[in-house]
Amino acid sequence: MELVLFLIIVPIIVGVALLFIPARLHTARKSVVAAATLVLSGVSIYLVTQYIGEDQQMFSFDAHVWDMVIVGIEMILAGFIIVLSIIKKQYLAAALMLVGAGLMCWFEFAWAGDIPVRNVLFVDNLSLIMSLIIGVIGCLIALFAVGYMKTYHEKHPDVKDRTGFFFFIIFAFMGAMYGVVFANSLVWLFFFWEITTLCSFFLIGYSRQKTAVKNAFRALKMNLLGGIGFAVAIILLAQNTGTIELDHISTLSSVALLPMGLLAFAGLTKAAQMPFSSWLLGAMVAPTPVSALLHSSAMVKAGVYLIIRLSPAFDAVEGGGIVGLCVALVGAVTFVLTSFMAISQKDAKRVLAYSTVANLGLIVVCAGMGNYLLAWAAVMLVIFHAVAKSLLFLSVGTVEHNLGDRSIESMDGLIRSMPKVAVGMAIGILGMFLAPFGMLISKWAALEGLVEANAFLTVFVAFGGAATLFFWSKWLGKIIMVKAVPEGFVPKVSNLEKVTLGVLAGSTVLVCLTFPLISQYFLEPFILGTYGEIYVLEPSNVGILLMMMGLMIVLPLSLLTYRKVGYREQYLAGANVDEKEKFRGSLGVTQSISVQSFYLDSIFGEKRLFNIGVIFAIALILIMLVFAALRAGVGA
Amino acid sequence: MSDYLWILFVVLYIVLAPFIGGMIAGIDRKITARMQGRYGPPLLQPFYDVLKLMQKENIVVNKHQKLYVLCSLIFIIVAGAIFFAGGDLLLSIFALALASIFLVIAAYSTYSPYAYLGAERELIQIMAYEPMVILTIVGMYIATGSFSVTDIGAYEGLLVLKLPAMFVGFVYILTIKIRKSPFDISMSHHAHQEIVRGLTTEFSGKELAYIEISHWYENVMLLGLVYLFFASNPILAVLVLVATYFLEILIDNVNSRLKWQSVLFSTWLVAFVLGIANIAVLGFLKYFL
Amino acid sequence: MSYLPKSPWLVHYDASSCNGCDIEVLACLTPLYDVERFGVLNIGNPKHADIFVVTGSVNEQNRSVIQNIYNQMAEPKVVVAVGACASSGGIFRECYNVQGGVDNVIPVDVYVSGCAARPEAIIDGVVQALGVLEQKYEESKKKGAETSHV
Repeated sequence: MELVLFLIIVPIIVGVALLFIPARLHTARKSVVAAATLVLSGVSIYLVTQYIGEDQQMFSFDAHVWDMVIVGIEMILAGFIIVLSIIKKQYLAAALMLVGAGLMCWFEFAWAGDIPVRNVLFVDNLSLIMSLIIGVIGCLIALFAVGYMKTYHEKHPDVKDRTGFFFFIIFAFMGAMYGVVFANSLVWLFFFWEITTLCSFFLIGYSRQKTAVKNAFRALKMNLLGGIGFAVAIILLAQNTGTIELDHISTLSSVALLPMGLLAFAGLTKAAQMPFSSWLLGAMVAPTPVSALLHSSAMVKAGVYLIIRLSPAFDAVEGGGIVGLCVALVGAVTFVLTSFMAISQKDAKRVLAYSTVANLGLIVVCAGMGNYLLAWAAVMLVIFHAVAKSLLFLSVGTVEHNLGDRSIESMDGLIRSMPKVAVGMAIGILGMFLAPFGMLISKWAALEGLVEANAFLTVFVAFGGAATLFFWSKWLGKIIMVKAVPEGFVPKVSNLEKVTLGVLAGSTVLVCLTFPLISQYFLEPFILGTYGEIYVLEPSNVGILLMMMGLMIVLPLSLLTYRKVGYREQYLAGANVDEKEKFRGSLGVTQSISVQSFYLDSIFGEKRLFNIGVIFAIALILIMLVFAALRAGVGA
Repeated sequence: MSDYLWILFVVLYIVLAPFIGGMIAGIDRKITARMQGRYGPPLLQPFYDVLKLMQKENIVVNKHQKLYVLCSLIFIIVAGAIFFAGGDLLLSIFALALASIFLVIAAYSTYSPYAYLGAERELIQIMAYEPMVILTIVGMYIATGSFSVTDIGAYEGLLVLKLPAMFVGFVYILTIKIRKSPFDISMSHHAHQEIVRGLTTEFSGKELAYIEISHWYENVMLLGLVYLFFASNPILAVLVLVATYFLEILIDNVNSRLKWQSVLFSTWLVAFVLGIANIAVLGFLKYFL
Repeated sequence: MSYLPKSPWLVHYDASSCNGCDIEVLACLTPLYDVERFGVLNIGNPKHADIFVVTGSVNEQNRSVIQNIYNQMAEPKVVVAVGACASSGGIFRECYNVQGGVDNVIPVDVYVSGCAARPEAIIDGVVQALGVLEQKYEESKKKGAETSHV
């Protein structure tokens, strides 16, 4: 238990230390972050060695004093946010914060005394996986950010340098994430949940520019709305069932349906599912490491984590199936529509954002249907997505600093101009959508599971998956295109960036190669413990996948064997000139080749699809809540 | 039946598929010529073409493109091998998708405007047919309870009776997969005024031969998928295969190329309507029978 | 054994022809003449083609185009000049902007006469080109490792 508390508290201490390191002391910051990286990932790994394969380990202690501290901190933060919102004339945000904090206050003084919370914290294999993701990937992102923020401030002189504050928030964020994945008491979970909301608010608004502030408040409002759902769920649970422990939910009767629905609603907001996807898209204004953190290891993962935790309850609680189905349908609609919308995006970070929302949608589909096979797929998706997406975000960040913008159109020929970063990016992209890489393994399991659970959902996966193929491939095509490097282009990639990208690319491949082991040691005990059934990959299929991986690694060696080939320029209808990649255009003017991808905006444009998704998703959420309320009423 | 029979099937596939695929292409060209009132090339013409390409000089825009084409060929063989070994149908289709993507990547890597246009169109084609392929396999699972080709093949009774809409939908997208008009928008033989040779513009010699051979491998595997619909009655199945291919040739000859919009809309509409209808009927049958 | 003569693919370029010869070239593909009997395809892409069929005379505008198309064809390759203009400049020979036949720019292997050349003559020219193609292949094989042929 000490280890768990250590993981929650140490990042915050590190953050405070970083807060007081002045912006100009770059080396000092680098060493502190590097040391923290070593310690946190080391402890996360040590934690794994301690608890792996065991059943859920509960930690109980008298948390009453802690609860008071927590409420105290919450009230202080809430007051601060309310004042800030009012100063910025964001009255809705202030009101939401007031309601959320008020509800918790009311709960703490009116109910908390009567509700015994035996097990405040716990560790199981899912928490271990999440803590590894937070510890290793989160810290790598922080490490990357040290170099990135230096360049960022050099390139954006108009943004006030608050690097110390930035790193304080980053590490507080990680501490809160550890809290989320280890908390069993819903009060604690809610506390850390709100902390992640506030941290993301500060990070998105870091540059204090107009759009940044606007988008930060949008994120805040949406997540606070989810937080209110969470708070109401806690109060309803306390009132109707007398327990507020996470592991008890699946043992409850149908009175728990409404709290479950509300918790799932909170999860949907945090996981940026439709209709709330816009906050994550807006979050793209933040510096790139922030996006990487929000997308891969923190924040949105907290959302899907909660829904995966609820997943057994959808199965076990009477009437939970319908609630789960509504949640799954929200995920399915999100998956399809955001995959479509990703096609129409030119901005690399927006493509990544839509793809994140889409993948989270798929995870939500899996978690919502609540059977063991789909739970396996969901957790696998979380792992693969975290690794590949952080790699992608960080490489986009590096490329952006060198090219000056992050449009996919300007990434032509990256394989020549920045070969190493391009290979990293290509690994990330391949990892996102193609067999034999990780994501596809989980999509495969998801398809298998969905056919069993509800065959109609496979229609969503089939269409969304096809769109996924399209937008990733056209991006991949852009970067692997072999094109002359523009004159005078010298890429500047710091060693820190190289190391982090290298480690992430390596771990993407490693995770794909070792996924049977991950499945065996991490997932199977969790799935068996939660569902009583186990999903084992067929050994022959695992063999085939590993063989395909092997081929992917071996085949590039054939590049070394080519010697006798004749080189010719591209066919340009016979109008080539002596210079490479140029042709004699009309009136004899020499022009360069330029190629542009299809974005199919008239079909898959945001304007066309976003509102449809919002309407469907809101309808589904309302149906879910109304059904849960009615059923819970009947049950009571 | 020995447990190792699958190895025999895989070896047979790897050795025979190019010959069968090439022969089909030869017959195809002959029939096409006759439909147009021509005499047509010799039956073995596709083999002559490929052998000739092997003897030509190897010219490239860059070395990378050779690698990607090789990957494409190898993964198509892997996909077919999984299929004919009786393995997991989904895995096989994923390997096939990987191979298709590699071909697209090969075209992208050349940085040639015509190849680029072909690659984009090919991606649209992939996006167009992928849902129907997945739904067909899902349908097969609902009907037979397994994704394994062995189990689906061993299903008693005609699978097509349970999956009539899926079959129609699959034949519809088969036109894309075997590169026939009206859906051959990415590398048509007849579109050189428009896109030169699209996807394959920058490939010549050996690489072009590889692309052709991988197309033969792919066709044989796809016909294997059509066979699965009738697996319980091999004679009928072969007859249907012949009829299906003849139908594709006929469609090829009576249609001109469509715009990519029409390709995408029509295939998605077919996949959506037929896919959902068939899944609904299957669910209905399961529920009430 | 060479398969080149069994599968000659051609790329057809209209230099500055009056379209007479072009129509006759295309006529070869029609059911009446059906050159696909010999495996001939009008492939439209120099990188795939074995035979370069040029109609019309060379002028300043298309000189570089002919050169480019020829360069982008893979070895072994042959050039067939179809019609009087492609062979020698024809009636436009003395024009201020015409430089004469195709052989001013690239080596021509077979000349097909006629204005416009008749389809039978064109087919005959292509079949003659096949012999040259075979011969060139044998030569390149003899040179072996020296050539860039892999």
